[in-house]
Amino acid sequence: MIPLSWYLILAAALFSIGLFGALSRRNAVAILLGIELMLNAVNINLVAFWRYGDVTAMAGQVFAIIVFAVAAAEVAVGLALVISVYRRRNTVIADELDLLKW
Amino acid sequence: MSTELLIWLIPLPPLLAFFLIVLFTNRNKALSHSIAIGAAFLSWLGAMIVFVDALAKKDLGLNPFTSSIPWLPTGDTWLKIGVLIDPLSATVLFFVAWIVLMIFIYSVGYHNFGQPAGDHDHAGLPPHGATDDGHTVPSIEPMYSRFFAFISLFAFGMLTLVVSDNLLTLFVGWEIMGLCSYLLIGFWYGKESARDAAIKAFMTTRIGDVFMLLGIVFLYSVTGTLSFREIFTQQILHTLAVIPSGVFGLSAAGLIGLLLFIGTIGKSAQFPLHVWLPDAMEGPTPVSAMIHAATMVSAGVYAVIRMFPLISLDEKTMAIVAFIGAFSALFAATIAVAQNDIKRVLAYSTISQLGFMIAALGIHAYVAAAFHLVTHAFFKALLFLGSGSVIHGMEYGVLHTNKHVDPQDMFNMGGLRTKMPITFWTFLIGGFALSGFPLITAGFWSKDEILAEAFGNGHVIVFVTLAFAAFLTAFYTMRQITLTFFGEARSDAAERAQETHWTMTTPLIVLSVFAVAFGWVGIPEDFLGLHLSPSWFHEFVGSTLAARPEAVPFNWIALVTSLIVALGGLGLGYLVYRNVQTAEQDKLQIGVLKNKWYFDEIYDFLFVKPAYWFAENIVYKFIDQGVINGILHIVGPATQGLGSFVRNYFDLPVINRFFGDGSAGVTWWSGKNLRSIQTGRIQQYLILSLILLFVVGGLLYYFLLA
Repeated sequence: MIPLSWYLILAAALFSIGLFGALSRRNAVAILLGIELMLNAVNINLVAFWRYGDVTAMAGQVFAIIVFAVAAAEVAVGLALVISVYRRRNTVIADELDLLKW
Repeated sequence: MSTELLIWLIPLPPLLAFFLIVLFTNRNKALSHSIAIGAAFLSWLGAMIVFVDALAKKDLGLNPFTSSIPWLPTGDTWLKIGVLIDPLSATVLFFVAWIVLMIFIYSVGYHNFGQPAGDHDHAGLPPHGATDDGHTVPSIEPMYSRFFAFISLFAFGMLTLVVSDNLLTLFVGWEIMGLCSYLLIGFWYGKESARDAAIKAFMTTRIGDVFMLLGIVFLYSVTGTLSFREIFTQQILHTLAVIPSGVFGLSAAGLIGLLLFIGTIGKSAQFPLHVWLPDAMEGPTPVSAMIHAATMVSAGVYAVIRMFPLISLDEKTMAIVAFIGAFSALFAATIAVAQNDIKRVLAYSTISQLGFMIAALGIHAYVAAAFHLVTHAFFKALLFLGSGSVIHGMEYGVLHTNKHVDPQDMFNMGGLRTKMPITFWTFLIGGFALSGFPLITAGFWSKDEILAEAFGNGHVIVFVTLAFAAFLTAFYTMRQITLTFFGEARSDAAERAQETHWTMTTPLIVLSVFAVAFGWVGIPEDFLGLHLSPSWFHEFVGSTLAARPEAVPFNWIALVTSLIVALGGLGLGYLVYRNVQTAEQDKLQIGVLKNKWYFDEIYDFLFVKPAYWFAENIVYKFIDQGVINGILHIVGPATQGLGSFVRNYFDLPVINRFFGDGSAGVTWWSGKNLRSIQTGRIQQYLILSLILLFVVGGLLYYFLLA
């Protein structure tokens, strides 16, 4: 069987990609995509630990499903915000949305 | 309803009436007097039922109606309050209920109910009259409702005092009456004389009350109870009689009795605390009747009669009681002969008659004192209400003639016999009762009993003193009646005087019935050597005491003396004053009598002036100005110096500079320098968070795990 560490490395890699995306991409939609990647990296960890731990305890799977639900809700709000910002400011570039500063 | 419960309820209606009138019906005069009279009527009804029950019960003296409840816990015992109706309190309740009800009804007419409001009457001043169809007519009292509220509270105080079975509630009722007498004497507070009289009455009776309270406290500390029935047991009385008090060689009973008796001196206006009572005439006349007949002064004598088993234990105290009573009786009678104010004569006569009762107690004449208390209450209430009626008639005349004369001065009256027939006849009955007119009036039987007791038991000095006082009583009473009702009118006002309203004359008629008939219940068994039925009053009230007092055997000398003094005084009074027209023709207007033996001046010199001097020089100039202000002048600058030190060396540098300005400066500086990191760009924040996460994570790892 594939060792647990492989899944963890995969998840860490996915998380790092997501984090890099969220930090470096200028497009707000792309930042949201990066966040989604990080959330799913966490899901891989949760499911992997469940599978390699006590299979009868369902906590890992339940947590994963909760994360799905949160992610979906977050994207729905996030995309709505992006659309709203676009309508007002005619841009989705995060650097240009810098009204809230000193 | 059991009799005991009914006794509890007797004092309550007037209290309820007081609160109702004060709180709700103050504006409605008719409703106010209806409530007050209704309450007095309920109390009267209750008192009559209780009285009838008391008559019907066998051996009431041994088994009185009692009921008590524990009230205040005092350590391991309870202070109990309760009610007690024994033959003595049943009798007192009887006359109090009657007189209170009569006075309430009388007050309606006296305060001119049904008359128009005055043209320029003010609250706090007697009404001046109103103009009606071009005539001046009497006007209604502006504070009509207030008057009924006060006398209701007064009635509550008296009824509480009578039905209580212990000294504590007796004292409570006693003090309520003290307050009410102050309020009612000063009822017309707009008059300076009324204000002064109210304060004088309050202060003078207060002296007695303080001593009485001391006596109650001493009694409680010795016996541990204030209940009459518990104190008047052989064992406790014996203990009290043998314990020395350490003062004047008196026993504990003697000292307690003396202290309680001083309370009575104040309340019943005996020498030397008598000075307030004549001045109390400043109040409205129903108040005079209330204070001088039914309630307050009777309460003083009632308290002594009630405590008689205790007071009579020590012969020294009894000697003092007898002396004070006999002296007051004679002394006040001498003043009364020289007074011209119709109410003041009665006031001094009250002091004198109360002296008779006190003297009777001092010579162990228990029943005679109680008997005179009851008969005196009836005829003195009658006389006061009668004099109020006379004054009222005179005021009517004054208003009609528009010539101001003093409506209370007897030398402005005369000839009122035909103008005010009902008042005349009832006043005559009351006056004859006061004088002790033989056989038919109540005053004769009670006064004769006192004289017979004094003579029969060998108290010759008391007997002679009281006989002379009785002679003067008859004399000044006849002087008053002659000057007021006989002869010709001495002023236009008296010429135009008019009989008063039926609400005033009805109580007079009712009371005059008692002033005559109540004497018959106390006719001695062997009067004139005949063998009549036993004296009902003696049997009934005498049974209150454990050792029933023996009636003195009949004695011709005592009877003849009382006949001579009564008839002689009355005859002489009529002969002397038959033709006197002005005060100048009155031979007895001697300065020393006219000025009440200069007691007001002596007290002014002995107490009032020194008190003022003490207040002015010691308290004001030395203590207040010197000591207190001196201390303040030290404390003030010292505090100020301390304050400015703290301000300059602590508040300004430390609090203001360092903490106040310093914290603001630090915050301002860090804000200024840190604001450059707030760029508004979300991704820079994220990177910053990431870096911080690494830093914090690294530190945690380094310090916690490694």
